[in-house]
Amino acid sequence: MTAILGGRLTGATTLHLEDEPDTRGRLVVVGNGMAGARFVEEVLERGGGEQFRITVFGDEPHGNYNRIMLSPVLAGESHEDDIVLNSHDWYADNGVDLRAGVRVERIDTAAKQVHAADGSVTGYDHLVLATGSYSFIPPMTGVRTDGGELLPGVYGFRTIDETRAMLAATGRCTRAVVMGGGLLGLEAARALQGHGLQVDLVHAMPWLMNAQLDAEAGAILRKSVESLGITVHLDVLATEVLGTDHVEGVVLKDGRRLDCDLLVVAAGVRPHSDLAVRSGLEVQRGIVVDDQLRTDDPDVYAIGECAQHRGELYGLVAPAWEHAKVLADVLTGTDPAAEYHGSRTATKLKVAGVDVAVMGVSTPERDDDEFLVISEPKRGVHLSVVIRDDKLVGATLLGDTRKVAFLTQAFDRGAPLPEERIRLLVDLSDGAAEVGVAEMPADSQVCNCNGVSKGDICGAVSGGCSNVGEVMDRTRAGKGCGSCKSLVKQIVEWAADGDLTEDPAASWYVPGIPMPKPELMRAIREHDLRSVSAVFSTLAPDGRDDAKSKMGLTSLLKMIWGHDFVPEKDGEFINDRVHANIQRDGTFSVVPQMKGGVTTPAQLRKIADVAERYEVPMVKVTGGQRIDLLGVRKEDLPAMWADLGMPSGYAYGKSFRTVKTCVGSDFCRFGLGDSTQLGIDLETRFQGIESPAKMKLAVVGCPRNCAEAYVKDVGVVAVGNGKWEVYVGGAAGATIRKGDLLATVDSPEAVITLAGRFMQYYRENANWLERTYDFVPRIGLETIKAVLLEDSEGIVADLDAGMQRSIDAYTDPWGQDAAEPATPGQFRPSLPLVALPKVPVR
Amino acid sequence: MSLTEERSTTAHVVGSVAEVPPGEGRTFVVGGEQVAVFRLRDGSLHATQAACPHAGGPLADGQTDVDVLVCPLHQYAYRWADGASTSGAAPIRVYPVREEDGALVVEV
Repeated sequence: MTAILGGRLTGATTLHLEDEPDTRGRLVVVGNGMAGARFVEEVLERGGGEQFRITVFGDEPHGNYNRIMLSPVLAGESHEDDIVLNSHDWYADNGVDLRAGVRVERIDTAAKQVHAADGSVTGYDHLVLATGSYSFIPPMTGVRTDGGELLPGVYGFRTIDETRAMLAATGRCTRAVVMGGGLLGLEAARALQGHGLQVDLVHAMPWLMNAQLDAEAGAILRKSVESLGITVHLDVLATEVLGTDHVEGVVLKDGRRLDCDLLVVAAGVRPHSDLAVRSGLEVQRGIVVDDQLRTDDPDVYAIGECAQHRGELYGLVAPAWEHAKVLADVLTGTDPAAEYHGSRTATKLKVAGVDVAVMGVSTPERDDDEFLVISEPKRGVHLSVVIRDDKLVGATLLGDTRKVAFLTQAFDRGAPLPEERIRLLVDLSDGAAEVGVAEMPADSQVCNCNGVSKGDICGAVSGGCSNVGEVMDRTRAGKGCGSCKSLVKQIVEWAADGDLTEDPAASWYVPGIPMPKPELMRAIREHDLRSVSAVFSTLAPDGRDDAKSKMGLTSLLKMIWGHDFVPEKDGEFINDRVHANIQRDGTFSVVPQMKGGVTTPAQLRKIADVAERYEVPMVKVTGGQRIDLLGVRKEDLPAMWADLGMPSGYAYGKSFRTVKTCVGSDFCRFGLGDSTQLGIDLETRFQGIESPAKMKLAVVGCPRNCAEAYVKDVGVVAVGNGKWEVYVGGAAGATIRKGDLLATVDSPEAVITLAGRFMQYYRENANWLERTYDFVPRIGLETIKAVLLEDSEGIVADLDAGMQRSIDAYTDPWGQDAAEPATPGQFRPSLPLVALPKVPVR
Repeated sequence: MSLTEERSTTAHVVGSVAEVPPGEGRTFVVGGEQVAVFRLRDGSLHATQAACPHAGGPLADGQTDVDVLVCPLHQYAYRWADGASTSGAAPIRVYPVREEDGALVVEV
């Protein structure tokens, strides 16, 4: 017995709404595929369940499933249960009468009745045809048996049953021919080849995916497909299918014979319009509909792939869903005037392992169309755009789809394009933000930390802010992690249209002291200023303190003075004051140190015990290979630290935080170096070191990069023969940047020395909150190399000494403040509050 | 204009000045209100509502200078003088606060 996908449990009964009296209108949907089921969902969402008794007919016995996902099912990447969209129970639960496995044979439009193969007659007030498409089987001798069935071993690729049959066949077949070099054929070929079959792909056109790609891109795709081991035959038809009881091969028009025991025909689809034809509705290539998806019968509609709108047929799911929305609006009365005006189709997918994104036209069509192409056949990359009247009308991205988000936006919204068209396809110098500031919608969020939109920034400019600093102060944009600062700057410049004043504070290290960092450091040393308050009283205008400058000054003073720094709690941000990370509800998160991501059963037991004892609401593994205890009450912090007996992991500070590692040579069979031990050594040496912004490190034992060392502030990669590469300036957060190779060194000791030297150089020269991914490009890799590797400025010894001073000053803050709070009430709750025992009223 | 001027207030002793270290803030419950009291390094005392009107942040955990208080969650700033926000948030209530013989007196 065939398993029913999305079926009901054995013994469950089906709801028969027709047996019950009902005064609602009758809405009948023929077709239970992507379009039909989506339409029912849209109707229900609009309260249509109360307006209509809904009946859905489906040819297949299954619930509604995601046809797009059949390829992953065939490839064995997805299980068929994963592609169920709406099970039989869903229909029953929503009061929808699903007639699964019941084919509709005829519509009596005069009597408004649907006649089905099971003999049932169902009346309707509104009828929606969502019959979809079927696999086109080109005329070939021998492809069908005398009974008209496909020869055993020949399959279309359209339904779950066909997919199941093909999957079953992969176990006993060795050679497959796939007919059709479009998207579906390529996916089928890749999936079958993944099951170990030898695959020949036969395509009647001169290049693959000819409907979406131009010849050049098609040729590049061919190379990528062939590199997978699939043999491609282009520009040739199959004329004959061989075999009597089972397929044995195909014969091509040029006489060649390809042996196979499995033949997949993916040569396109045709709309299911027979029912409409039999019922007297107007049908051309598909069922003809108007802008309200209405056929020439006023109570019959058609949506999805079977519908022909303004001469167009669509073979993608997005237009079907747009149809479903518009028709649901119309029929439920949510928007009786809703209309569909056609779809601009853009699609992004992975074809046979290659990223492809296509939208609009693939080649220029008019003399004055602009056509820009970047083709790198060797790398498997082909990028092109077609521009008409300064608007993007088409784009093809093959092998590199990084720009797809912007291009889709430009294509969908008709947004203005950059004058340098090349920026549509590649990032020049400083990134994607360059393209798109002008065309970003006003509600685009720019600063995710503080929820500031482009509109907010523009509003601040029009409200009188005349430089970037003022805008950041007014809106708080860029005041969180700081990764959006460059984008904020560009938007301000764009919004001000050149009418900007110079921000005097732009070059200052902190806003409250009018000095750049080197000058400030000199003055601090000259005046022997060892506390934040001393700096303000000596160097700030009128000796005034400044809340926004305190954290940066504390960090700087700690770096300069080490042990001899005079701490003041009000100079610290709350995280540093209580050594934990404040959360949105005023609770804190606690992350114990776990050097190199390595822990022990005893530590895990301790963490688990503490989490239970203090009723920690969430225990979470962090991206830095540690364990985060979230939702801790401030007053519980000292006791928790004491119970943990582990040092602080500094997950809250602008400081050195963590070193991710892979298992390296301990267990990994590919490991070239002991990354775990080196990670532990780095973390031990640099623990707690403050810096202008957080610093994240990683060490990997081979270039497979399992711990993502290429995208860390300092990343270390074992490359064999005892050598290690040291990368700097990488990031994989809000900004993504691959680090620059600083040097290749011969020993773990050399790594530790060089990493420390770089970090100290960064600590001394970076602006407050400037991450290394901004710092390294700003200073320039060559300069950094010259300073650190060749000692071009004669400061290497000082850098090493400066770092050592900070290392020597390290003490575990948890150990200190758990023993004795730094100030009275350091861990008293700030929110929520508990009433104090007695408050005398005067 | 101070946002407290139109309110009828009563003076309460909420604790001792020693409970609020120089440069820091502490929270008290007084007269049914949650009040954050701050002692700046210059010795001046300030009192405000305890929760930030933006997202309920604990203002006593904020950073301060002689002019403003900055919420630790999203860095909204408020003037001591009248509770007005310098960064676009709703204003906060500020309360008169003084020291009497080592006691903290807040008018709520």
